[in-house]
Amino acid sequence: MRTISIKVDGRLHTVEVDPSTPLLFVLSDELGLRGPKFGCGIAQCGACTVIIGGRAVRSCVLPIGSMKEEDEVTTLEGLGTPEKPHPLQQSFINEGASQCGFCLSGVILTAKAVLDENPKASDEEIRQALGGVLCRCFTHTRMLRAIRKYADERRA
Amino acid sequence: MTISRRAFLKGTGALIVTFSGSVRSPFALGQGPFDTHASHIDPGKLDSWIAVAGDGTVTAYTGKCDFGQGMSTVQAQLVAEELCIPIGRVKLVQCDTALTPDQGTTSGSQSTPTNFNLRNLAQAAATAREALLAMAASELGAPVTELTLTAGVITSSSGQRRTFEQLIGSRRFNVPLSAAAKRRSPEQWTVLGKPVPSFDRVALVTGRFEFVHNVRVDEMLHGRVVRPAEAGATLIRVDENSIRQLAGIVKVVVRKNFVAIVAENQWQAIQAARQLKVAWNPGPVLTKQEQFYETMRKQPSQDALIVDSKDVGQRIARATKTLTATYVHPYQMHGSVGSSCAVADVKTDRATVWSATQSVYPTRSVIAQILDLPLDNVRVIYVRGSGCYGLNGADAVSFDAALMSQAVGRPVRVQLSRQDEMAWENYGAACVIDQRAAVDDQGAIMAWDCESWETSLGGRPGYDRPGNVITGTLIGYEPEKITPRAASQPTEQLRNRNNAVPSYFLGCIGSSCQGAGNIRSERVLTHTVESPFFTGPLRSPLRLQNTFAHECFMDEVAASVHADPVAFRLKHLRNERMIAVVKAAAKAANWESRIPNHKTLASDKATGRGIACVAYEGDNGYAALIAEVQVDATKGSIHPRKFTVAIDSGPVSNPDGLRNQTEGGILQGLSRALGERVTWDDRKITSIDWQTYKSLYLDFELPIIEVVLVESLHQPATGAGETAITLVAAAVGNAVFDATGIRLREVPFTAERVRAAILGLRSTASERG
Repeated sequence: MRTISIKVDGRLHTVEVDPSTPLLFVLSDELGLRGPKFGCGIAQCGACTVIIGGRAVRSCVLPIGSMKEEDEVTTLEGLGTPEKPHPLQQSFINEGASQCGFCLSGVILTAKAVLDENPKASDEEIRQALGGVLCRCFTHTRMLRAIRKYADERRA
Repeated sequence: MTISRRAFLKGTGALIVTFSGSVRSPFALGQGPFDTHASHIDPGKLDSWIAVAGDGTVTAYTGKCDFGQGMSTVQAQLVAEELCIPIGRVKLVQCDTALTPDQGTTSGSQSTPTNFNLRNLAQAAATAREALLAMAASELGAPVTELTLTAGVITSSSGQRRTFEQLIGSRRFNVPLSAAAKRRSPEQWTVLGKPVPSFDRVALVTGRFEFVHNVRVDEMLHGRVVRPAEAGATLIRVDENSIRQLAGIVKVVVRKNFVAIVAENQWQAIQAARQLKVAWNPGPVLTKQEQFYETMRKQPSQDALIVDSKDVGQRIARATKTLTATYVHPYQMHGSVGSSCAVADVKTDRATVWSATQSVYPTRSVIAQILDLPLDNVRVIYVRGSGCYGLNGADAVSFDAALMSQAVGRPVRVQLSRQDEMAWENYGAACVIDQRAAVDDQGAIMAWDCESWETSLGGRPGYDRPGNVITGTLIGYEPEKITPRAASQPTEQLRNRNNAVPSYFLGCIGSSCQGAGNIRSERVLTHTVESPFFTGPLRSPLRLQNTFAHECFMDEVAASVHADPVAFRLKHLRNERMIAVVKAAAKAANWESRIPNHKTLASDKATGRGIACVAYEGDNGYAALIAEVQVDATKGSIHPRKFTVAIDSGPVSNPDGLRNQTEGGILQGLSRALGERVTWDDRKITSIDWQTYKSLYLDFELPIIEVVLVESLHQPATGAGETAITLVAAAVGNAVFDATGIRLREVPFTAERVRAAILGLRSTASERG
């Protein structure tokens, strides 16, 4: 067990955990966050995605003890609120781009990371970036439309 | 640390009860205004379905739950519509054995037929409206015909008013459901039939939605199961010393062949489950996968004749032109993106289970059975899981959690590992389907014979079959198995529940002909054989497999007589709704008559179009799908460019929800058609993660999807969530034929198979010179 401080969605938390614990379990069990989810536990689906240092990261395979002190974690909950969703979240709401919704951390945060890095990303580039993200309800059409509209509005 | 939150939904303003605080309290029922209890929830009583609170809020209790298919939104629309109130005033409580009526299982595209026609929730809401109008009439001394009802306020012609809360607020109706209560007609609809945004989307998209995975109970522990590696393996011993050095272990739970670990936290449970040494007796050797389909034909089988005009063999023998083909479909899995999870709190005399099961009442019954508790002391509360598409691991993990919680006497949350989910779920059945047809001189089908083999083991546990899923089997219950027996002549009117009967059959049993087509000489014989793996309903169970075979074979017969596939279908259909969807799809897709000429592939990239249609379950929705694909002959890859689907599901409750389900169904169907297949070696399942079970990811190049709604306003409302997916493999297979001349008779259409078929075609063509 080790005492670890971690900044999540703009708030500093201190947790006492085994440093080999994947970040996901700290977020979901210690901090009670609902955004990142356990889908596969082996970084194959994206349901546990968070953003660290501008990059989409699979929190299910990231031991919390390996994180740097300056790392700041953004989860789907930190991106926006029901009252004031992030524009990308709003775009998903507008397009009705969800079914069961379990995969949304992977889809939204991966898209956000790629568009933050390259606001001019083409459809092809966005799709490539989502290559490791799984949505088994196959809401693909609406999701990619929501991402496209957000990207276009952002540049306008 | 707990974070209390409450998500109020934007847009509609509706409240959904599942977004409650983050820590659940067992037994604090938090119900509506009445002391509802299982024994009080009589579906014949209005109060079991509808309650009006003192503030005019209407709470509706339903036994059909929302997995992400939109059932909560449309049911709230239904109640708002029938009661003439704004949708924001409707509160929906779904699937809780302490609160809602027993509506069995939410499955099989039955929620809409069950709750949106002349019974159950719809009839309750209509009954409530009429009861309120009658009360107002009595209080105001005016006849009902002179009252108007708007936004929950009833006004007489003289301007006197009564609100719902004044009339009944917080009190019981004490009336039965009235079969005579009149539903509002689709022409009058102001809430139903509109694209109301799904209630859950804001909470989902902002990460606030409470899934069963997020349920937290005070004093909760975490569990992991330790399944055997092989089907049929039995436990020899568990070496608890192997995890002695690990922190946080609360208990190693063993019951017969069931092994599990309960620990203080999730990571400890996972590590312990990985490190625990368990010795197992091996299970039986499995039939080699490449020989499996042939083996299925030779097994003892439970047979059924679905239709038999008794002249098929004769007519085929006499015909000058006959065709035969065999289609095969593999086991496929539900493959929920999140592995299944449940939370159970079992005390010495009672239990509460938070479960993503589709069947809260049956699950309650089975949990009472395996825990040996009185039925009334078990409560199962539905909380959404990851999309299930049928019987995924949700039931099994609910049993797992219950067993572990009982063993430790504290609440336990259990989530399966990816491998535990995939290796032990109840797969969609493998099928072998033989087709034979004869064609007359006019190019019409004069006889069609269909004989199929399908695998079965276990299934939904129902109210008393724990052994139908892995957990129950491990603790010693038997799975439901087939009873080998020969088929007897069908006697009851045809109900084409599994779409075993092609749409083109007249479907006559005695003098009753329920088929959608006009082929008189018809036979369908099915053989159910025992499966080495658990099977269970997977979105469009058997209907998808059968439709793949029927619709591809129909295409083969059309090609054999040089007929256009659309015209040939229309020639053999008589059901008007089927004809209408085929025509609507053809029109929307600008279908051009195409008569195949089996030319050798001219170019490396060829495009083609194919059609398939179905009367889902015989009468539970109608659809036709046209696929346009490009085939890369060198790579063997199939690139769908466009899908055009016409769908008739009666009056549509929410067109946006229907489109969302249809778009998703088509792409899920595509994933299943192009890549999904459960694999095994001589001892065990080898599809255990997303590298060994191939799903399409989000980088797939998307086809255009056009959804055409053909609304039959005055027909009963049907299901719609499984209709489109049923057609995808067939439409794609037929389009590949149109593009290349190859017939794909085995799902999935992998690049390897496509390449091999193209090579075969080319070598046949070059032999012919």
